[in-house]
Amino acid sequence: MISRNGERQAAAAPAIQAAEEPAIQAAEEPAIAVHGLTKDFDEVKAVRGVDFEVAPGEVFGFLGPNGAGKTTTINMLCTLAKPSGGSATVAGHDVVRERDDVRRNIGLVFQDPTLDSYLTAAQNLNLHAELYGVRSDLVKPRMQQVMEMVGLWERRDTKVMTYSGGMRRRLEIARGLMHSPRVLFLDEPTIGLDPQTRRSIWSYIRELKEQEEITIFMTTHYMDEAEWCDRIAIMDHGQIVALDTPEALKAEVGTDRVVIHTDDDEATIAALQERFGIEAGIVEGAVTFGVPAGEQFVPRLFEELGIPIRAVHVSRPTLDDVFMSYTGTSIRDAEEDHAKHRNRVMMQMMTRR
Amino acid sequence: MSTTTRVTEPAARRPEHPIVKVTVPRRTLASELRAIKIVWRRELIRFASDRLRIVTSLVQPLLFLFVLGSGLQRLASAGTHGVSLKTFLFPGILCISVMFIAMFQAASIVWDREFGFLREMMVAPVRRSSIVIGKCLGGATVASFQGVIVLALAGVVHVPYDPVMILGVFALQLLLAFTITAFGVMIAIRIKQMQSFMAVMQMIITPMFFLAGALFPPSGLPGWLTVLNRIDPLTYAVDPMRRLVFAHLTISPAARQALDPGVTWWGWRVPSGLEVALVAILGLAMLGVAIWEFSSTE
Repeated sequence: MISRNGERQAAAAPAIQAAEEPAIQAAEEPAIAVHGLTKDFDEVKAVRGVDFEVAPGEVFGFLGPNGAGKTTTINMLCTLAKPSGGSATVAGHDVVRERDDVRRNIGLVFQDPTLDSYLTAAQNLNLHAELYGVRSDLVKPRMQQVMEMVGLWERRDTKVMTYSGGMRRRLEIARGLMHSPRVLFLDEPTIGLDPQTRRSIWSYIRELKEQEEITIFMTTHYMDEAEWCDRIAIMDHGQIVALDTPEALKAEVGTDRVVIHTDDDEATIAALQERFGIEAGIVEGAVTFGVPAGEQFVPRLFEELGIPIRAVHVSRPTLDDVFMSYTGTSIRDAEEDHAKHRNRVMMQMMTRR
Repeated sequence: MSTTTRVTEPAARRPEHPIVKVTVPRRTLASELRAIKIVWRRELIRFASDRLRIVTSLVQPLLFLFVLGSGLQRLASAGTHGVSLKTFLFPGILCISVMFIAMFQAASIVWDREFGFLREMMVAPVRRSSIVIGKCLGGATVASFQGVIVLALAGVVHVPYDPVMILGVFALQLLLAFTITAFGVMIAIRIKQMQSFMAVMQMIITPMFFLAGALFPPSGLPGWLTVLNRIDPLTYAVDPMRRLVFAHLTISPAARQALDPGVTWWGWRVPSGLEVALVAILGLAMLGVAIWEFSSTE
């Protein structure tokens, strides 16, 4: 086994040198390639034509509010749902025609738990290794490796039902890695976890990137987490509205975000429009707008607005601003919108009955 | 509390441990058998760790055997030609004991869906049929293990511990358990909610159990009951079981005629071999349907 690893390293070395030549780099096969992917559920278009490529070794973030089509997209890439149109390859295999080859090469961590809580952690991982046909003599060492990474090796013989939510999620990540997948899919890996566990899960992800040749595709709706990704795609209403590195996306926004608290928000928005020609909106209960060089703008604002300002806050663009500039709402408001829409549909269904 | 140490620990250890890299081979028959085996083993592990269920699932057969058997003894004594009613009921109880557990085992597929574990198996690079076969074999094994516990009571109801009979009973229990599990799995794939699954199973299994003649001999019944009894597939599991047990009893010919008349089709006594084959074919057919259903769900 060690000699095998040695061989692989020897083979990898010239490949890295070759990668410096752009012609060969372009020929490198993407870890994920998606073309015009769509998915309809009856009359609802959940995903409406998505295109992107993910390079090997990349940490690729998929952002958007709940209901934007992230999970549907991930399900199609994992062969759990059949696309209505378009095509996708994962680890070089078509997700429809070569379903098994895709499955051999991917690891999955779902939003909802998928562990057998009546079994111990080690039994869960062993079951996974058996299902995936991992060579018997490698099961134990690999299990130790992935469980040590998430700090659960000492607890391996405890039943999963005694685990906390954070421990379960860590165990699921370990299990997703048991068979050394080339692409790891993480669907909201940190949702519902406390900040400390969220941070440690991110440190595993970064560690993984350094240690194993693995591509990570994840969805999240925490904007602060998206900063850790190499590239991110923002999805809204079933479409990708932006795709770039977090830095580039933030630079593209070009404006600082100014939040002001006043006694009369309506009048303030009208005044901003009238005096400065600025489109402002109410985000999370406060008047918010974007201007270039926000700090220099504040003194003018106080002089010319004509409405008493109680507090003011200026910040550099964040990914949330990126999201806002592309979708017109903050991610939290967008989520409420989706929820409202769902409610409305529900109400219609109820009255129709 | 110890998050920071947890995080830095593996980083510090890293140089000593080379990465253990494994590969997932292409699907072969051997890998499918391995998948079947692990799905089967999971059922056994879960059963072994659930001691309460082992005890509770014994309650029902024991109630039938001892309470019904003792309670009706005096009323029945005229018709049993000196044979204890408990002895008469025993073969039927051997069937009941596996039936209800097999049904419960099939329900595990509904639980697996509810608790998300089914997804873990569905995305694995194995055939769906391997999962279904593993589930059915696991359910059959667990249920017949439970049946063996009831079989151990043979002495109490004056049935001799004959090795040939014991092996035969075990084989029949295994077959019956497999067929019922396959039937349950077939239903469980369609029904996604636990309550409805249990309701449907009760609705189907309970009449089947009553009609099968586990609690009465299948001759001299009113016409309508005879028809329903002969249609009921369980009849063909109960009858060979009774014949097998009665073959090892020393009782009067009159008692044998009254208690073990055998199942007849228009006066022709159906041989045990055919009865067993019927149950087996039915089990395999339902397994086939279950596999087809499971493979065609997304």
